[in-house]
Amino acid sequence: MVVFDKPHALTDAPMHYCPGCTHGIVHRLVAEVIDELGIEGKTIGVAPVGCSVMAYNYFACDMIEAAHGRAPAVATGVKRADPENHVVFTYQGDGDLASIGMAETVHAAARNENITVIFINNAIYGMTGGQMAPTSLPGQVTQTSPYGRDTNHCGFPIKVCELLSELDGPEYLTRVTVNSVKNIKTAKAAIKKAFQNQIDGKGFSLVEVLSSCPTNWGMTPQKALEWIDEKMIPYYPLGVYKDRSAAKEETK
Amino acid sequence: MSTKQFLFSGFGGQGILFAGKFIAYKGLMDGKNVSWLPSYGPEMRGGTASCGVIVGDETVGSPIVSRPDVLVAMNLPSLDKYESSVAPGGIIFVDSTLVSRSVNRTDVTVYPVPATQMASDNGTPTLANMILVGKILKVLNDFDEDSVRTALGKVISAKRADMLEINLNTMKLGADY
Amino acid sequence: MITVSDKVLMKGNEAIAEAAIIAGCRHYFGYPITPQTEVAAYMAKRMPKIGGCFLQAESEIAAINMVYGVASTGKRVMTSSSSPGISLKGEGLSYLAGSDLPALVVNVQRGGPGLGGIQPSQSDYFQATRAGGHGDFKMIVLAPASVQEMAELTVKGFDLADKYRMTTMLLADGTMGQMMEPVALNELKVGAPVEKPWATTGTKLEREHNIVNSLFLDPAALEQTNFERFDRYKTIEENETMYEEYLMDDADIAIAAFGIAARVSKNAIDEARKDGIKVGMIRPITLWPFPVVPFRKAADQVKAMISVELSMGQMIEDVRLATECKVPVTLCNRVGGMIPSPEQVLESIRTAAAKIGGAN
Repeated sequence: MVVFDKPHALTDAPMHYCPGCTHGIVHRLVAEVIDELGIEGKTIGVAPVGCSVMAYNYFACDMIEAAHGRAPAVATGVKRADPENHVVFTYQGDGDLASIGMAETVHAAARNENITVIFINNAIYGMTGGQMAPTSLPGQVTQTSPYGRDTNHCGFPIKVCELLSELDGPEYLTRVTVNSVKNIKTAKAAIKKAFQNQIDGKGFSLVEVLSSCPTNWGMTPQKALEWIDEKMIPYYPLGVYKDRSAAKEETK
Repeated sequence: MSTKQFLFSGFGGQGILFAGKFIAYKGLMDGKNVSWLPSYGPEMRGGTASCGVIVGDETVGSPIVSRPDVLVAMNLPSLDKYESSVAPGGIIFVDSTLVSRSVNRTDVTVYPVPATQMASDNGTPTLANMILVGKILKVLNDFDEDSVRTALGKVISAKRADMLEINLNTMKLGADY
Repeated sequence: MITVSDKVLMKGNEAIAEAAIIAGCRHYFGYPITPQTEVAAYMAKRMPKIGGCFLQAESEIAAINMVYGVASTGKRVMTSSSSPGISLKGEGLSYLAGSDLPALVVNVQRGGPGLGGIQPSQSDYFQATRAGGHGDFKMIVLAPASVQEMAELTVKGFDLADKYRMTTMLLADGTMGQMMEPVALNELKVGAPVEKPWATTGTKLEREHNIVNSLFLDPAALEQTNFERFDRYKTIEENETMYEEYLMDDADIAIAAFGIAARVSKNAIDEARKDGIKVGMIRPITLWPFPVVPFRKAADQVKAMISVELSMGQMIEDVRLATECKVPVTLCNRVGGMIPSPEQVLESIRTAAAKIGGAN
């Protein structure tokens, strides 16, 4: 009896992620959702620039590699090319989505572009070797904030869900994490809802996933997962920041 | 007519571009080669608008009208700016309601027409441009009513068909001035 | 639209938009910038009525990436802009090239550098033919010299883009965009559709996944993609070069000019011919691939060449390369939004004629 198998929506390509990195978990969750919704044949994913740049090798659906930060714009094109038959998701890190691609993110959300955005927030630039990200915490030591992030000098982290929740556009904004079995289950439900929203034509759905980067944080995988609880969640509280359809239901 | 270069100029809002467009269309209807090139950019907002129109038997080379055979100056700044550029032997049409001075050039023919006043008296204050266009066609011996009507039909949208006769009659006023 | 015995009087910018629709383009993304905004305005009006998509993007960068997205699905797509906006699109142009995606990009040039001005220019020639973005790549660059050609080359541009899986750039200028001339839209001929088995339209679980990508971390693999792309470029150079010659049969002097500069030059040539000066013109229609053959041929015939440009001298380098500097090439130019007058070109012709001791 098979109790644990690879989702169909993942290829056999061995992933290049570091030991203890949570990208693998999130990839799997996205793939499971695609399987469960039966949408692999019509799904087109857009990969970012960052650690998950080669996500196009891992998802079995059609994939597009975008320029740094431009995934929401590329996804807009793909979705608009055939709105009825394309299910489109982007998979982006914090530098990609909240720094160089902030304009594309905000405007896709403001347009309520009917796409699904999976946003990996691990508070650091991983692929380039651990530089300060727009989401690096105050005081966080990185290669480009070697004395700790000095908010007097380079400002404060960007809370993407909170920021976007001020817009009238987006349908669904939620922040989850994958550092425990319980949290992984919540994360999967959120990702599934974000895809289902698109299928139902509800619009822009973004799932922010607090993730770990043991390599660049300089921690063991176990310690990194704890660090999410200790440091990240207090700054980036988990929860639903916007759910337009649910809010409408409540007011009925 | 071989090739004629027209320069229409005035304030934005006087129908300068429309007048030029009509002349271009009339040329096209008459089987000529034509081009129409407007000034563009912020100077058009409340400032001077102009457009160059070329109508000829031969293929139009440069669409830029730098030495017009026919200048239409609907305000003083336009006359000041373009008077000297008119080709010797050319024609200058001036809206004499708005242009207080006379034309200095002696090697050109000048037709002062109080177009703005006439249009106002006619109850069509926005059609001073067409008074002048009527005069131009008359002077160039090109006022064929059928051809004028057809060309007007091309520049006036079908939704505003009532404007066609009004334009035509206004042009006749200019032609008869 | 107004029809006069099959001809309509249209602005160049509008002709581009209508021709694109005729060519089957149903997706347009852009950001307002003078002097090309009529393209966007036209699309905004027409696209919703024909089931197409016009979307005003938040930036030129977003617009070109939306183009990238639609192009990935194999559908015809375009954007248009003017010089400063094209610089912003440079990133996307490189990615389109690296991912071998077809698209039409229109540049209605204005004076630069920087914010520059809004009047006509041809000073993006280098950018278009040499360095649209980072990396080794080319775009097919088409240079219309009439509103009719604005329409024809738009259609041709889509066909070429699909055929060779690359970007075609329509390189016009403010004059071409703003002027109205008669256009025969019914004469436009759209090529047969091209199969696009590489497009990312969903696997439908019937095939392996397609990947649109420009990332190759293995240098040998990346080198190979460059080699293959340049083999394709060679085919284009051999088969798609377009130019027009004017009075070149007996010419002692050849003018090289494209777009509006060619229109002005034609007037000057006609005048010079009246004086007995044997001057002709080679007008490149494809700026890349540059029409090397007629220039090489002319180099053995004429005694002088004049490059007439709205730039500080950009195409002149291609003229010198094509002629291997066998004949002297002088520059006749205006920049910053100014356009050379026929008189200025005529003066250059007379100077050249005096130097070669030809006709008076």
